[in-house]
Amino acid sequence: MATTTKRSIPLLKHLLRQTQTQTRPVTYMPRPGDGSPRTVTLIPGDGIGPLVTGAVEQVLDALHAPIIFEKFDVHGDMKTIPSEVLDSIKRNKVCLKGGLNTPMGGGVSSLNVQLRKELDLYASLVNCFNLPGLPTRHENVDIVVIRENTEGEYAGLEHEVVPGVVESLKVITKFCSERIAKYAFEYAYLNNRKTVTAVHKANIMKLADGLFLESCREIASKYPSIKYNEIIVDNCCMQLVSKPEQFDVMVTPNLYGNLVANTAAGIAGGTGVMPGGNVGADHAVFEQGASAGNVGKQKIVDRKTANPVALLLSSAMMLRHLQFPSFADRLENSVKRVILEGKYRTKDLGGTSTTQEVVDAVISNLD
Amino acid sequence: MALHIAKRLMRNRTTNEFIRNPTLGLYSSSDRTYSSSSSGLIPVTLFPGDGIGPEIAESVKQVFTAAEVPIEWEEHFVGTEVDPRTQSFVTWESLESVRRNKVGLKGPMATPIGKGHRSLNLTLRKELNLYANVRPCYSLPGYKTRYDDVNLVTIRENTEGEYSGLEHQVVRGVVESLKIITRQASLRVAEYAFYYAKAHGRDRVSAIHKANIMQKTDGLFLKCCREVAEKYPEIKYEEVVIDNCCMMLVKNPALFDVLVMPNLYGDIISDLCAGLIGGLGLTPSLNIGEGGIALAEAVHGSAPDIAGKNLANPTALLLSAVSMLHHLNLNEKGDKIQEAVLKTIAEGKYRTGDLGGSSTTTEFTKAIIDHL
Repeated sequence: MATTTKRSIPLLKHLLRQTQTQTRPVTYMPRPGDGSPRTVTLIPGDGIGPLVTGAVEQVLDALHAPIIFEKFDVHGDMKTIPSEVLDSIKRNKVCLKGGLNTPMGGGVSSLNVQLRKELDLYASLVNCFNLPGLPTRHENVDIVVIRENTEGEYAGLEHEVVPGVVESLKVITKFCSERIAKYAFEYAYLNNRKTVTAVHKANIMKLADGLFLESCREIASKYPSIKYNEIIVDNCCMQLVSKPEQFDVMVTPNLYGNLVANTAAGIAGGTGVMPGGNVGADHAVFEQGASAGNVGKQKIVDRKTANPVALLLSSAMMLRHLQFPSFADRLENSVKRVILEGKYRTKDLGGTSTTQEVVDAVISNLD
Repeated sequence: MALHIAKRLMRNRTTNEFIRNPTLGLYSSSDRTYSSSSSGLIPVTLFPGDGIGPEIAESVKQVFTAAEVPIEWEEHFVGTEVDPRTQSFVTWESLESVRRNKVGLKGPMATPIGKGHRSLNLTLRKELNLYANVRPCYSLPGYKTRYDDVNLVTIRENTEGEYSGLEHQVVRGVVESLKIITRQASLRVAEYAFYYAKAHGRDRVSAIHKANIMQKTDGLFLKCCREVAEKYPEIKYEEVVIDNCCMMLVKNPALFDVLVMPNLYGDIISDLCAGLIGGLGLTPSLNIGEGGIALAEAVHGSAPDIAGKNLANPTALLLSAVSMLHHLNLNEKGDKIQEAVLKTIAEGKYRTGDLGGSSTTTEFTKAIIDHL
């Protein structure tokens, strides 16, 4: 008697779950031939990169997703991205990558930034939201940070005027500001978002951020159904830590976007769980959302306790981008279920599991 | 909560011997031979400011009198017309007063909209050469926010960096803005940061930067910080990239102690930290200038909608005045007043509207005086 009840409880749970997900209101109608496998470039990267990309490979394999990965070895201390990698991305149009370590202050420009500039991936998107079952200090967080990715403070134009005085140029152009504003409003329109907030510091940097705001206002007038407002970056950070539910879609220039995205990721659960990607007119590169901690510490690499959730959710975004929505839904549901259950969580979420344990849990939860 | 306050007091007590060292008279105003008035009171310039400024300044004066702090206030008001010598509404006499007294307390000032004059805060900063903005952020026991274990100090370089104001339009649709970092300014603020850490018994200083992207500018800032760090081997020094810092601050603010950073990052991080403890209405702030000038100020706005209605919260100005007292080495008085303020807020019986209570400014002030 005892053994049958022990076995029947997980069976009952499974059946309950099935009845919950059986009501699927949408039928995705593909074009003939859409099911043929797509090649995607894969860059494992440094630090925890290979661990988490390995996790993605395993899960996509278990899903039998029509994805073929072309793996390339790129490390942060290389001078430039090898041309074969760039050719592969230009051919496949989609790439999934782990973090690339940027050596500090050493004259080597960041490979992450180089990749974005080469492929003109001008929009960086990070989706920060509360995952059900994951306790955080803030509730009702659902923020999408859209950040201009090519110019601004990251133009890399620095020089020493005289010894002891260094100048760095921050460049803002109407062209780039317009296209990022257009992307932000288009995103809001396509995803049924109600408000777009522009983050700036135009009270101090009147011309530079003023130009950014002008472009945003122009584009806002073309989308009258979407509310538009502006907020100064220091007030924005203060509001993020006290009342994050007021924010919806945020569009920012390069540097502020970095700070705001990482702050928003921190309040919603940490950088280990937020998906994100970079997109341009022709290419898309998906990676862990927040830039902090995407290479991780040596301790995490040694103990194999990196959190694969962020990259798994980013690969779900990638699957939707490639127009495989059903696979994306299944992957996301499984990941969310694992987080909700709470048994398999890595250290940054307060648990003790290793990466492999989380991956196994996700695979076993796939329906 | 009592443990919290006790820890802070222990830290401040151990630093008195250090401050009596005469070579460090550069920062502390312990050598006051130049401004001793016959009654032994220390003259301090007071700018009540606009809006709720006069009310909260009055509150501070009452608390200080009740606590018998040996200070005499020299009040200066912002003028109604532009003074050509300073090109703003702050008169030359006011500036001379601060330069003479070396210490000041400033309430919120609203710059009138218009052209032909500089913003008031900018005038003070440029004329007095205020190079460091210090904001001690600590969770107020009894005022619950989502973060209860915040105890850090942000020190922000206040003169250069991204806020140099040097922008120009290259061609139509292309704008350039210059970010300037100099060795001199970075060394200055790093020196003050380490001095502050030692003087207040703090054991770690973290430099916040983005040197992986802005290699030369933030690289120079980091170089200067490292140089100064070598002179203080007992203080731990670390460097944190700003995106990591933001993320760690919102996840676990107890990880940080003293933060030193260039202008833009400092602006954002110090406001973020103010948000962690309950907003600008509760955050003290102290500006340090060349020659040991210290100007404490309340960083919130002048709140014209509640001006004159006796509803304003004087906490920010009071805590700023306390940090000014610490700068003047009147540590005992400073601690007494700080304890009284914290106890009043912790009790919860007398709280002004912004903290969720319904007391008036005068009731709140009276409660603080009773707790002294």
